[in-house]
Amino acid sequence: MLDNLQLLFVYAPIMNVQMILDGIFVGAVFALIAYGLALVWGVMNVKNICQGDMVIMGGYIAFTLYQLGVHPIFAIPIVAAVMFIYGWIIYVMIIRRVIDNDMFVSLLATFGLSLLMTQVMNLIYGPEVQTIDSHFPIAMMFDDFVTIPMVKIVSLALAMLLAAAVVIFMKKSRMGQAIRATAQDARAARVLGINTDNIFAFTYSLNAAICGVAGVLVSMIWVLQPFYGIIYTLRTFAIVTAAGLGNLPGVISMSFVLGWVEQYAGIVAGAEWQVAASVLMLLAVLMWRQVQMRRQRQVVR
Amino acid sequence: MFKKYSIAAGAVLAVGLAGIAAPAVAKVEGDTIILGSAISLSGKYSTNGLHTQRGYDFAVDRINEKGGVKVGGKSYKLKVKYYDDESTPARATQLAERLIQQDGIEFMLGPYGTGLTKAVAPVTEKFGVPMVEAEGASRSLFTQGYKYMFAVLSTSEYYLAPVLDIIAAKAKAEGKDPSKMRIGMAFENDGFSLDVRAGVVDTAKKLGMKIVIDDKLPADLSDMSATLTKFKALKPDILLVSGHSKGAATAARQVEEMRIQAPVIAITHCEAAKVHEKFPKFANGVMCPTQWLSNLPKKDSYFGSAADWNRDFKKIHTSYTEVPYQTAQASAAVLVFKDAFERANTFDQKKVRDALAATDMETFYGDIRFAPEGNNIAKPMFYRQITADGMYTPIITQADMTFPRKANY
Amino acid sequence: MTRNQILLYLVIAVSGVLGPIMFPNYTQQMAVMWVMVIMASTWDITGGQMGYNSLGNITFFGVGMYVSAVIQVSMFYDISLYTASYGAIKPVFTDQQYFVGLFAGILAAGVSCVILARLLGMVVFGLRGPYFAIGTLGVAIAAGQIAGTMDTIGGGAGISMPFFPWDIQLRSAFFYIICFTLAVASHFTIRWLFSTQFGLAANAIRDDEDKAEAMGIPTQKYKQFGWGIAAFYMGCIGAVFGNMVGYIEPVEVAFPAPTFGIFMVAMALLGGKGTLWGPVLGAVLFHVVKETTWTYLLGWQWVALGFILIVNIVYFQQGIMGWLQTKYPEKFGIIVDQSNVQAKEEA
Repeated sequence: MLDNLQLLFVYAPIMNVQMILDGIFVGAVFALIAYGLALVWGVMNVKNICQGDMVIMGGYIAFTLYQLGVHPIFAIPIVAAVMFIYGWIIYVMIIRRVIDNDMFVSLLATFGLSLLMTQVMNLIYGPEVQTIDSHFPIAMMFDDFVTIPMVKIVSLALAMLLAAAVVIFMKKSRMGQAIRATAQDARAARVLGINTDNIFAFTYSLNAAICGVAGVLVSMIWVLQPFYGIIYTLRTFAIVTAAGLGNLPGVISMSFVLGWVEQYAGIVAGAEWQVAASVLMLLAVLMWRQVQMRRQRQVVR
Repeated sequence: MFKKYSIAAGAVLAVGLAGIAAPAVAKVEGDTIILGSAISLSGKYSTNGLHTQRGYDFAVDRINEKGGVKVGGKSYKLKVKYYDDESTPARATQLAERLIQQDGIEFMLGPYGTGLTKAVAPVTEKFGVPMVEAEGASRSLFTQGYKYMFAVLSTSEYYLAPVLDIIAAKAKAEGKDPSKMRIGMAFENDGFSLDVRAGVVDTAKKLGMKIVIDDKLPADLSDMSATLTKFKALKPDILLVSGHSKGAATAARQVEEMRIQAPVIAITHCEAAKVHEKFPKFANGVMCPTQWLSNLPKKDSYFGSAADWNRDFKKIHTSYTEVPYQTAQASAAVLVFKDAFERANTFDQKKVRDALAATDMETFYGDIRFAPEGNNIAKPMFYRQITADGMYTPIITQADMTFPRKANY
Repeated sequence: MTRNQILLYLVIAVSGVLGPIMFPNYTQQMAVMWVMVIMASTWDITGGQMGYNSLGNITFFGVGMYVSAVIQVSMFYDISLYTASYGAIKPVFTDQQYFVGLFAGILAAGVSCVILARLLGMVVFGLRGPYFAIGTLGVAIAAGQIAGTMDTIGGGAGISMPFFPWDIQLRSAFFYIICFTLAVASHFTIRWLFSTQFGLAANAIRDDEDKAEAMGIPTQKYKQFGWGIAAFYMGCIGAVFGNMVGYIEPVEVAFPAPTFGIFMVAMALLGGKGTLWGPVLGAVLFHVVKETTWTYLLGWQWVALGFILIVNIVYFQQGIMGWLQTKYPEKFGIIVDQSNVQAKEEA
């Protein structure tokens, strides 16, 4: 551990550049997925456990298109559209019926959906690890020490673009305003003539589309396997919970923090601590917030 | 409303009762011998679980086509009963007991992987059910004194440790000092890879090589860039990675992306992860241990030579360009069982077990002869290097090896 | 107890005893069923009754398993030699060593989990709702990952447990007896617990914790106590399950948070949370469905399980017991104010 720290800060400080960049790239993809979850959670109070599986599903749709000769970048709008429709169908069939209930009903319904989606993907694509080669060049810096694959830059840009688009959409458009109104008080929104059912359906489908896009990025950067969904689910839940509900800047900054924590834990403590570090970070944040709240005789809710 | 729900509830209960009251199947039913196997069809080992299952099925079909198993003057067909063990040992033990007690299975084929075999072996052992396993390589399986478990494959210290010996010889031939070489390695945190690691650590000590990176990868990790960044900073001469198929795929993708120019890279499960097809730039010059070669000069009367097996298997499963050895050894395991049945000339478990212990045969997979501990001591492990055009060339002595590896990213 | 209840207990006792005698080949599956029953009904103590929906009770399962394994082995051997990944020694346990080790292990597992619950409780009970659920899930995942880094207990390679020394045919029966006994004990503990003031306090916490606190109920104490009881049984059953499996490993066997950690909640909800019998019924049904689909729908088993979960959650949102309760409130001793119902229907 000590020699790793020494390496990091004395012998090869340039490593930090790579670590920080990698953290940002990882964080950007997670920020997208977590943003979608925060949206669904905040507006509809649905804990979408199949979030990660939707990401993987988006990746697999892109993979199918890739086999048909469509470059993943051009696959993004198609994947988004397909996932949007898929989200709408899921909403009508399942989510609508569990939305008024307490949190665990929606959590379990989506857990069942997650099991189902995982296995259907396994049956269709097989358990083999799949990847998409985007054929983007790889930039080298600092004497070939730091590598920056263009695909990661592209996905960072895409993630930022998409996030900005969603934020503007939320602020400016009529639909976005209606969503925010519903999030604040669904009943009042209904009284004022907003069709909340439509709003919910739209929100859920929007989340599915965001997940799909994130899935395309995942397929270009990392690897796809039907059983990898749960990893993304757990990390996004950690991010959203640590950031606190309804705290969008928090969600985004937490995603980057998670990216960095994982990278640095992997270097300093060894790769076996990488997953542990991200959950320990969540626990640390929750404890810290508790201590803060206790001063005001409150609890974290 | 009430009626609808009660019908639903009734249906659930009825299905449940039917499940519990399912009749037990005998192991030899008419003219069929039923072998049992819990195999990973879902979860983290499912890629290789599928490779294994295909190997079993291929052998069963072939043996049945060629007249089946002749015992006591009668010809029997083979059949395998599978359950999905979800890649978890907890499930595998339950299923082993279920196969034996409820389905009346008296002969077992192994699951995929060391961990699952470790879970199943004590059960089959105590029930006195002979098991031929093809995919559990850890040495810890063969120190337990199991009498009913036989493994057709070489144990895991032969995976990467001998690669170090070859490298040391090569370095010497090139006029370099092998003890100056440094190793960076990452192993999945599971029974198999940790045993591979133990072998590597011993050999490295013997050769005086220094291990500068020694990471354990979590089972569900799809990103090993932290380890590789460290690797780039320290620039060791040798990169070793072991982590079943998905470990190999992840390593391939990220080594390629980070353009790591290590003189030697050796990983396990190259063929199973199809790295030569999916990551040709990475694969160039990578060394891979394999249990079997498709041009091995060995043959038997059922599959012909290794090349024949390879050709026939690819005819059925067209998606393979390079058939992983996991599949070949699964086929060999079925063949070993068939041979033992015929020599025992009975279905008595003890006699079949003794016949298995006395196995001494040549198969397309290589010679098979079991040590008293149950591992196959008659066949060697092979090492290959992938060329720039995605072919595997065997490495028998250091002279066959391309060193240093020059990758064109 | 009413006559009906006594009858019910008699039926369960008889089928619990006769089950393995009549279908000896299914003993092990029935033993696992009781494990599931314990999981679901102890989850319900804090989950259903108190409104503290933990996703991390599986932590105690895994910790119990490991504590017991370490005790069983280290009483007689050097644990780090025993778990060495290349299998340095071939351990032999005499009958006496095995049984002494096993029972000492189970007991130690239970006790150490109570202590752990006490310590964890100080941290997590300041969280509410989803924060509590995700926080406890984090604890379970962290525990599994940390266990994987500890080389003395085998790390990711796990530990092969000492194996049952008597005739193998007795093995399942032996573990069945332990599981059944623990299930019965946990059931009566919970039953007793909720017949005391604890039950009222627990429900008060669920309905409105702030008000409960304002009434002077020491909520923290009640939460700790409830969780402690759940931890004790989860620890014990974890130790037993580890021995039943025979080989333990951190991520898949000991701390399977994404599967069993959530299954136990599913079982409790399926049967109806916050009731005494709901989790039991849910666990039995869940187990039967799972075993059946695994036998007859190979390849589609997860699809079937997911589908059944969704259908159940969508159509029986209160769980089976909850649905029965609303259907026949009189049978559960609930008096419904008809005027209230009418008012509701009109609204």
